[in-house]
Amino acid sequence: MKAVLNNLRDNISIKRKNSIVLSIKRNYLLYLLLLLPMVYIILFKYGPLYGVLMAFQDYNIFEGISGSEWVGLDVFKYIFDQNSFYRALKNTLVLNFLDLVAGFPAPIILAILLNELRYVRFKKAAQTVLYLPHFLSWVIIGGMAYLMFSSGGMVNNLITSLGFDKVDFLSQKTNWIIMYIAIGVWQNAGWGTILYLAAMTGINKELYEAADIDGCSRPRKIWHITLPGIKATVMILLILQIGRMVSIGFDRPYVLGNSLVIEYSDVISTYVYRVGIGSGDFSQATAVGLFQSVVGLVFLLGANYLAKKMGEQGIW
Amino acid sequence: MRSVSTLIRTRRTNLVDILIILFIIAASITCVVPFLYMISLSLSSNNAIISQKVTLWPVDFTIETYKAILSDNDMIYSLGYSVVLTILYTIICMLLTICAAYPLTKKKLSGRNFILTVMIITMYFSGGLIPDYILVKDLQLINTMWSLILPGALSVFNLIILKTFFESLPESLEESAAIDGCNDLGTLVRIVLPLSLPSIATLSLFYAVGRWNGFQDALFYVTEENLYPIQLKLYQIITANQQIEGEGSIGAYIVPESLKAASVMFATVPILLIYPKLQKYFVEGVMLGAIKG
Repeated sequence: MKAVLNNLRDNISIKRKNSIVLSIKRNYLLYLLLLLPMVYIILFKYGPLYGVLMAFQDYNIFEGISGSEWVGLDVFKYIFDQNSFYRALKNTLVLNFLDLVAGFPAPIILAILLNELRYVRFKKAAQTVLYLPHFLSWVIIGGMAYLMFSSGGMVNNLITSLGFDKVDFLSQKTNWIIMYIAIGVWQNAGWGTILYLAAMTGINKELYEAADIDGCSRPRKIWHITLPGIKATVMILLILQIGRMVSIGFDRPYVLGNSLVIEYSDVISTYVYRVGIGSGDFSQATAVGLFQSVVGLVFLLGANYLAKKMGEQGIW
Repeated sequence: MRSVSTLIRTRRTNLVDILIILFIIAASITCVVPFLYMISLSLSSNNAIISQKVTLWPVDFTIETYKAILSDNDMIYSLGYSVVLTILYTIICMLLTICAAYPLTKKKLSGRNFILTVMIITMYFSGGLIPDYILVKDLQLINTMWSLILPGALSVFNLIILKTFFESLPESLEESAAIDGCNDLGTLVRIVLPLSLPSIATLSLFYAVGRWNGFQDALFYVTEENLYPIQLKLYQIITANQQIEGEGSIGAYIVPESLKAASVMFATVPILLIYPKLQKYFVEGVMLGAIKG
C-alpha cells in the first residue's frame, strides 16, 4: 500500500516537472520574447543593487567593488555627522511638504472650477492651454523663469515702471522657495486636473438635478456632491504624494537652484550628485542614496497601510 | 412648469460663472505669457533688452538672433542629435515593452506571476543614482549615445499599462488565430499589435517626451560637448553668464538674453508642433494607467 502511494507520489512529481518542461516546450516562443526584457531588468535594474555595497566600503575607483576595503557602517556614521547631509534632508522635507500644502489642492480647485464651466468649447480651449506646462522640460521652465524674473526681466521691469523697488525673485532665499513652489504649481496644476475631472464625470447627474430642485446653492452642491464624488481619487493621490515625501526629483531643484540660494535649494538628489559625481566620494553618495531608498520605501508602505486602515483602497 | 423654470435658472449665466471664467482666463494667460515673452525677447535687439524696454512685443525688430543660431552648427547639431536619439530610444523601449507585456498576459505561462513580481519590485526600490552611474561606467557607456538609451529603456509602469490593454482584447480573436495555425509570435504580430495601435502610439509618446525632456542622465553620463542632447545644450547656454558671474572671471564670452530666449524657443518648438496629438494621447494614457492603479 505504502509502496503504491509512494509510486503514485513519484509519478505526480514527475508529471509536475514534466508539465513545467512541457509548458516551456509548448510556449518557447513566449519565453523567447520574455528573455530580452528579463535580461534587461536583471542587468539594468538589479545590477545596480550590487553597487549598493559601496555604501559599506571605502570605495576606490581603481580597485572596484571587489577590491575595495570593507568598513561596515563607518560611511553612515560619517554622513550622519555631516551638517550638509542634514541640510539636504531638511530641504527635501521642507520643499516636499510645501509642495503638498500648495501643490496638492491646486489641481482639485482648478478641476472643480473647470467642471463648473458650461461653455464646452471654452473649457476645451482652457484645458489645452493649462496642460501645456506639463510637457516642458525643467530646463526650459528654468530658462523661462530666469529670463522673466531676473533683475532685468519682464516682471522686474513692470515692478520698477510702477514705481516699486526690484525684487530678487531667484537669488533671495525666502523668495526662491516661494518661486520654487509657485513654478511647481504652475507646471502641474492643469495636468493634475485630469484624474479629478474623470472622477467628476462619473458622478450621477441626477444628484445635481435633485439638489437644484431642492434649491441648493452652488457651493453646497460642490461640497455635498462633487467633493464626495472625487474623495477616493483624492485619497489615493494624497497617499502617493505622502509616500514620496523623502524622494525628490533632480531636475527641478537643480535647474531652478543657484549658488546664492544653495542653503535652501540643496536637496538629497543634488547632494548625491555633488558629493558622488562632483567630488568622487562614491561611498558617501551611495550611502545617502541608500538611506533615501530605504526611508522612501518605509514611507510608501506606511502611507499605504494607513490608507487601508482608514477603510480606503490602497495602492496595491 | 417647475422643471422648466429650474432649467432656465440653471442655464442663466450669473456672477459666479463670470468670476470662474475670469479666473480660468487668468490662469491660462500665465501659461501663454512666458512663450510670448520668449518670442519677443528673441526678436528684439540687445540694446532694447538691456535698456529694459521689452515686454510682450518685440522692440527694434530683428531676426539676427535666429540667424546666429541657424549658422551656429552646435545648436542645430544638438537638435538633430536629440531627434535621432529620441527616435532610437522610443523604438528600443517599445520593442522591450511589447516583448515583456505580451507573454505576461498568457495565463498558461508558468512562472508568469513570479516574473511580474520581479519586475514590479524595481518600481518601488532602486539602488540609487550612484550605483546606476557605476554600472553605466563599468559597461563603458559613459560618453556614448547608449548611456542615454539603455538605463531607461523599459518602464515597468508602461509595461503594466500595455499588458492591461492587451488583456482587454477579446480572447476569441487569438483563439481563432491559433486554430488557423498561427503561433504565438504570429498572433502577436498579425492580430494583437494591429488592434493595439492607439495604446502603442500613446506609450511611444510617453517614452519620446521623456527622452526629449530628459536632462539628469545627460548631465551625469555625458561630458563631451558633441554628444550633448538638446536639454543639456540649452542648460549650458542659459547658465553661461550665471556661472561666469559666480566664478568672477571676466572676459569670457557673454550670451545675450535674446540668444537664450531663442534657444528656449528652439527646444520648445518640437514639443509645440506635436502638442495637439500629444495632449490627446497623453490624456488617454493617464486614464489607462489610472484604471490599473
